[in-house]
Amino acid sequence: MNVLVYLVPLALGLGLVGLFGFLWALRSGQYSDVDGAALRILSDDDVEG
Amino acid sequence: MPACAGMSGEAEQSMTAALDLSLYAKPADDGRLSIDLAVDGVTCGACIGRIEGAVKQLPGIAEARLNYTNRRLHVVWTGGALEPSRIIETLEANGYHGHPFVPLRAEQEEAAEARKLTRCLAVAGFAGMNIMLLSVSVWSGNASDMTAETRDFFHWASALIALPAAAYAGRPFFASAWRALKARSLNMDVPISLGVILALGMSLVETAHHAREAYFDSAIMLLFFLLIGRALDHAMRRKTRAVAGNLAALKADTAHRLRDDELVTVPAAAVRPGDRLLVKSGERVPADGKIESGRSEIDESLITGETARRVIAPGDTVYAGSLNYAGTLTLAVTAAGGATLIDEIETLLDKAASAKSRAMRLADRASRVYAPVVHVTAALTCIGWLAAGASLHDAIVTAISVLIITCPCALALAIPAVQVVASGALFRANVILNSGDAIERLAEADTVVFDKTGTLTLPEPRVVAPANADPVLLQIAARLALSSRHPLAVALAREATSRVPFADAVEEPGRGVRAIIDGVEARAGSAAFCGLAAPLPMPGLSYIYFAMGGRSLAVAVAQTLRADAVETVARLRALGLDLRILSGDRTEAVAPVAKALGIDKWGAELKPADKIALIEDLKRQGRRVLMVGDGLNDAPSLAAAHVSLSPISAVDLTQAQADAVFLGERLAPVGDAVVAARRARRLMTENLGLAVVYNLIAVPIAIAGAVTPLIAALAMSGSSLLVTLNALRARRGGSSS
Repeated sequence: MNVLVYLVPLALGLGLVGLFGFLWALRSGQYSDVDGAALRILSDDDVEG
Repeated sequence: MPACAGMSGEAEQSMTAALDLSLYAKPADDGRLSIDLAVDGVTCGACIGRIEGAVKQLPGIAEARLNYTNRRLHVVWTGGALEPSRIIETLEANGYHGHPFVPLRAEQEEAAEARKLTRCLAVAGFAGMNIMLLSVSVWSGNASDMTAETRDFFHWASALIALPAAAYAGRPFFASAWRALKARSLNMDVPISLGVILALGMSLVETAHHAREAYFDSAIMLLFFLLIGRALDHAMRRKTRAVAGNLAALKADTAHRLRDDELVTVPAAAVRPGDRLLVKSGERVPADGKIESGRSEIDESLITGETARRVIAPGDTVYAGSLNYAGTLTLAVTAAGGATLIDEIETLLDKAASAKSRAMRLADRASRVYAPVVHVTAALTCIGWLAAGASLHDAIVTAISVLIITCPCALALAIPAVQVVASGALFRANVILNSGDAIERLAEADTVVFDKTGTLTLPEPRVVAPANADPVLLQIAARLALSSRHPLAVALAREATSRVPFADAVEEPGRGVRAIIDGVEARAGSAAFCGLAAPLPMPGLSYIYFAMGGRSLAVAVAQTLRADAVETVARLRALGLDLRILSGDRTEAVAPVAKALGIDKWGAELKPADKIALIEDLKRQGRRVLMVGDGLNDAPSLAAAHVSLSPISAVDLTQAQADAVFLGERLAPVGDAVVAARRARRLMTENLGLAVVYNLIAVPIAIAGAVTPLIAALAMSGSSLLVTLNALRARRGGSSS
């Protein structure tokens, strides 16, 4: 079972990466307009003709 | 005054071009400016591209982003390259209305608080999931062949996650509990904090002693559930506050400021004492002031509830919110912004607000009983086990497990969850809550006191019985009236089915409008202007006249009841409420309204102080009064009443005193609000009952020392889920339409 000694911290580390990802997304305002984000994805004005 | 009339005509032309928005433009770094606009008319996703695309076409625009969730447009541009009023014009040209917007301080603070709660929630969620993984392994390992070393390793890993996570995510609870303790009182956060800290401390000691079980998961899960409740509560509050902020921006008036004989249109918020303002016919006076020139009639119903118009002349004082009827006025501003207030009302308001006994909230009452009971039970458990001969260690562990299992997870969710769902239901019924505990107080109301003018009646006058008139003639008259801003003409214009004014219509300020229609001159306005003889004046009725090619029409305009006032009053009576009318208007104006609604307890010609005295009287009789009012004269009574509502058309100060604001022209939201609040209150009591039942089952098990971390986890999540599901029942109904 010695494998747990590094597998558990590894799993925790990966989880932390996710947590910091979420906190970063929160800070950069990605949750300030959730309804708008759902609609913006449908417009394709970022594709220059 | 021909010169004055000519000037006001020019002012009309330049009104949109010269709107000075410098008050709202915020300087950003590198010389850029930014502005926030509340946008009206955004209905679908396509609007996002249309609005942003149109605004980005303007010169110097660096950024234009529409927040679809709260309907606000943020624009950044290079300073000097653009007049901000061009942005509003561009929106206008695309069919939207933009209103400059300054975020309220409270709203910004709440946004910061919400972000903090979300961060805490994320940390608690992350920690909870990871600890659960480790705990489930320990539980299954304990049932099979896990070695003691592996178990210790898992427990230490859990501790490593739980301690920092609790220190971070528990701050909202610890801070609130500390505040309560410093004020020598108890709130729900005290047992929560104590439970979490003791559970963590005990688990740490147990882990150090190689115990089989630890409660790290319980502590973190408790925080996670409670944070969900608080985050939802906050999200709902922010949503309603954002809508309220937008409505305030939409309502914000503009003022025409005269400076060195130059006329500039500025937001009313930018008016300062000493400014000279021009108020045209059909406009509301933007600030308190003294008349310098011009004569007119003004409607002060929003201030005093009096519907009869007052004739004013130079030297008279007018108050913000009065509606100017006849002529153009020049006034010198004596007070502006927050200071536009009659002294008498200000003093009354202070007194009423301080006298208002803070109704104790259900949650606080529950926690005041709950916390001591829990702590005493835990202490008795410890003593009981010691007396029964258990070791000190076992006795303390059992006592702490009692604290953990009784931790008011369900109890702390029981009321906020209902509040969130109920305020959502009220929101859909067009009622916007100003304060969170208004729902409970609304449910307790047993007497409703209505103001008349603007509350039972519509805020603007309407045409009375238009059906009696020749419909063809009425339509022409109404279309002609579209070209005037006179309040009587505006009322007549509401009857028009076509919204297109006649092309060559000319308004003669203070007299009427005329136009040539199919070669015949048509006139709408005063009797003299239309060449008609004025009939005898009738109290409460005003006439606007129309003449065209020998045919004429006299259209009566009056304050009319809200369309559903009679039904709503009947519904409120059926709900067992005692109804009254207290009005500042004349007796002969109040009597017919009271009769039409079947309300026999009414008072007229009441000063604000009289209204308060009557409400205090009702309170002394043990009644809980719901006050519904809109005028400046109602503000003190709203503050004095147990709970208060005001229509969105109310003056700002009055709205600020109200516990909730209702939208639209119908009175139905008042009935809906009472029904929804009563249902919510019933659900809150039910939820508290459920929490008590849960404790009655779980506590004996805990006292017996039979609670394992697994049982604690199941009990906590089970009871939280139960009360949340029960709270969702508050969604049903709310609207009677």
